[in-house]
Amino acid sequence: MVHAQTTVLGGIVVMVMDKNTSRADGSPMPNSPSSMVNQYRLEEDEEEQQDANTKDLFISVDNPESHVTAIETFIMYRVVTRTMRSEFDSSEYEVRRRYQDFLWLRSRLEENHPTLIVHPLPEKFVMKGMVERFNDDFIETRRKALHRFLNKISEHPILKQGPGFLSRMGETVRAVANSVRGLRSRPEEFTVMQEYVEDFSNKICSVDKVTQRIIKEQREYLDELKQYGPTYTQWAGSEEDLVDPLKGVASCVERCSKETEEQIQHLSEVLVPALHEYVLCAETLKLQEEVDGLADRVELANNALKGDWSRWQDSMRTDLKSAFMSTAEKNMEYYEKCLAVWESFLLSQRVEPAEQKDVEDTS
Amino acid sequence: MAEDGKEESVATDDESDHTAADGTGSLNNTMVEEGSTLLRRMEICVAEAEKRSGKNAVNMQETFTVYLIETRPMDAVVEGRNPAPDALWRRYSEFELLRNYLIVTYPYIVVPPLPEKRAEFVWHKLSADNMDPDFVERRRVGLENFLLRVASHPVLSNDQILYHFLTEEHGWKEVVYETGFQAKADSRLRALSATFRVRNPDKRFMEMKHYSDELQSHTSQLLRARARVADRLYGVYKVHGNYGRVFSEWSAIEKEMGDGLQSAGHHMDAYAASIDDILEEEEHYADQMKEYLFYAEALRAVCRKHELTQFELEMASQDLISKKQQREELATGIVRTFSFKGMTNKLFGQEAPEQREARLKLLEELIAEGEDTVKEKTLECEEHVEKAWVDMQRFKEQKDKDLREALINYAVMQISMCKKGIQVWGNAKECFLKM
Repeated sequence: MVHAQTTVLGGIVVMVMDKNTSRADGSPMPNSPSSMVNQYRLEEDEEEQQDANTKDLFISVDNPESHVTAIETFIMYRVVTRTMRSEFDSSEYEVRRRYQDFLWLRSRLEENHPTLIVHPLPEKFVMKGMVERFNDDFIETRRKALHRFLNKISEHPILKQGPGFLSRMGETVRAVANSVRGLRSRPEEFTVMQEYVEDFSNKICSVDKVTQRIIKEQREYLDELKQYGPTYTQWAGSEEDLVDPLKGVASCVERCSKETEEQIQHLSEVLVPALHEYVLCAETLKLQEEVDGLADRVELANNALKGDWSRWQDSMRTDLKSAFMSTAEKNMEYYEKCLAVWESFLLSQRVEPAEQKDVEDTS
Repeated sequence: MAEDGKEESVATDDESDHTAADGTGSLNNTMVEEGSTLLRRMEICVAEAEKRSGKNAVNMQETFTVYLIETRPMDAVVEGRNPAPDALWRRYSEFELLRNYLIVTYPYIVVPPLPEKRAEFVWHKLSADNMDPDFVERRRVGLENFLLRVASHPVLSNDQILYHFLTEEHGWKEVVYETGFQAKADSRLRALSATFRVRNPDKRFMEMKHYSDELQSHTSQLLRARARVADRLYGVYKVHGNYGRVFSEWSAIEKEMGDGLQSAGHHMDAYAASIDDILEEEEHYADQMKEYLFYAEALRAVCRKHELTQFELEMASQDLISKKQQREELATGIVRTFSFKGMTNKLFGQEAPEQREARLKLLEELIAEGEDTVKEKTLECEEHVEKAWVDMQRFKEQKDKDLREALINYAVMQISMCKKGIQVWGNAKECFLKM
């Protein structure tokens, strides 16, 4: 691996590029950004949440493609970076990266900034409930997560900055950490944070579990619905006057089944990944323990972590709030659509004149 | 049947106000029939259910439920007087006795069924226990429904035993048994389960029998599938209750998010709780379907009765023909068909003329009897066909109307459930907004 400098975020991109990019003749790329020879393309990242005024770096992860070699098959994602910063020679870079590259990047960041909270990556291995590694949904979910990962990094005030002074800081902190095993005195703040992390981790895991359980129950409900609708259709086969309402109900049940399917999909694609991310986050935070306790010795790092912590909390609140709201909205939509389906059935039954045979004699 | 104009018009107004949503009332629309049925003269309801204890036939202590049947003369109701109703208590087994009497006495009528003896098509929450209050309540409704249907039937409503059932608490059982219906009941059961080949059944009845099989099969499949769906839906809603618990716990460790999470959690609890009422209401729909599942059986019985009478007629005719043939052989000496007597005649010589005369005379008597039997059976068969066909037509109309209403009812229930869902999730969304 080529030695990677943690220079500007563009530098991080350089690190990544250094690892895998090669010229046509197969020789490795040199370090400096100025010697990059990739194509440039402007691309707006629509998924960016941050205020455009403060952002000067736009990153997108897209275009997953299957890459087949003699030994293995893997997915390559396209990473496009657009920047306004003067340090860079050009304003855009495009590279192709695989999951392993993101793992490597993250571990480097963690090494160089042990006091900071580095956003987690999606899990390497297949998540529960999915079958193939290269299933479209899985790839899409992962792509989104990788996109978020890079964007989180790019938003991070410290990580994205010139880490020159901080890398030296990191070395200092690490040295201290190595020499002092065990924690003597911990400032209250960090104990509180630690406790919170523990509790939060439990809660977010529970929410995750409940959500997975809901999906499971919904799937089973859907299976039964699919068997239920046809019983009406079959019955219609032996009726005359009842054919219309029976088939109507069958059709309603079928349409509601489709809506249920969509609802399940939404849960899997929006809520689950968001929860998952913070499950991993919480795990990551727990691991910060050992070093945190020593931060009081390093004033600067102390402040950095505090700022980092409240940033993280805000981020968590925003992300999860958004995910929950989206779920609530989707559920409302689900019920609204089903409502419309049954109402139109009712309408069809009332408009159609039920043959009023002269059952009653009116006096 | 003679119509009482005054009663009729008033009764119509009274009953047509019931909406489809009312479990019992919805059926009144189809019960307002031509002719002065009992229901027009008398208001009937099964008002209450109570637990009783007593000794049973083998002197063992048992607990059972009794149902209060209240009746009031319709003209008193109409005139605005509000007399106290006459009331008596009956248990389920007495209703069964009444129905058994009716199906034996009126084999050409599709007799309304009773609510199920034991809870079938249960999904996991529903208790299969006959003492469960929800089951008892639904049975009360079902028994009332049964009485209303019988009392509004053009033929059944005139039955005296029915009238006694509604008005005489004690001694009713003795009166029923005195009718001697029990003996007929036993032979009916035997006949229904017997297999016999009918040569010329009425085609319409065969089609109707086939339809009754289809109706039975389809309604039971529907009921089974519905119960499974209900079970799963229950699971989905109840699991959301876990959100309530976790959000509540989580809100305790959060500052800004706390309130939003906490109140969202409450809505999740409400969501989880709402399924109980939703599914209880759906049970009424299931009961409506069950009624027709059991009706299918009653319909089939009428068709089988036709097969039986037709078979008996064919047998009697067959018997008559063979006897006539025997007479002919005896008279002419020409043997057309093989008979043991014929063989012995050939082998051992013909019999003496006196013996032949005696046999002929006997045959003539038998033939006369046989002809009477055939006439009887023909009449029986024709009567059954005629009356049964009328009632089967009536049944068909009632069924189409009732089931259509039931399906519409079902849609109304689904809409109500959707509206509740929209409300809960809308509230939850508001709470998440505050996070």
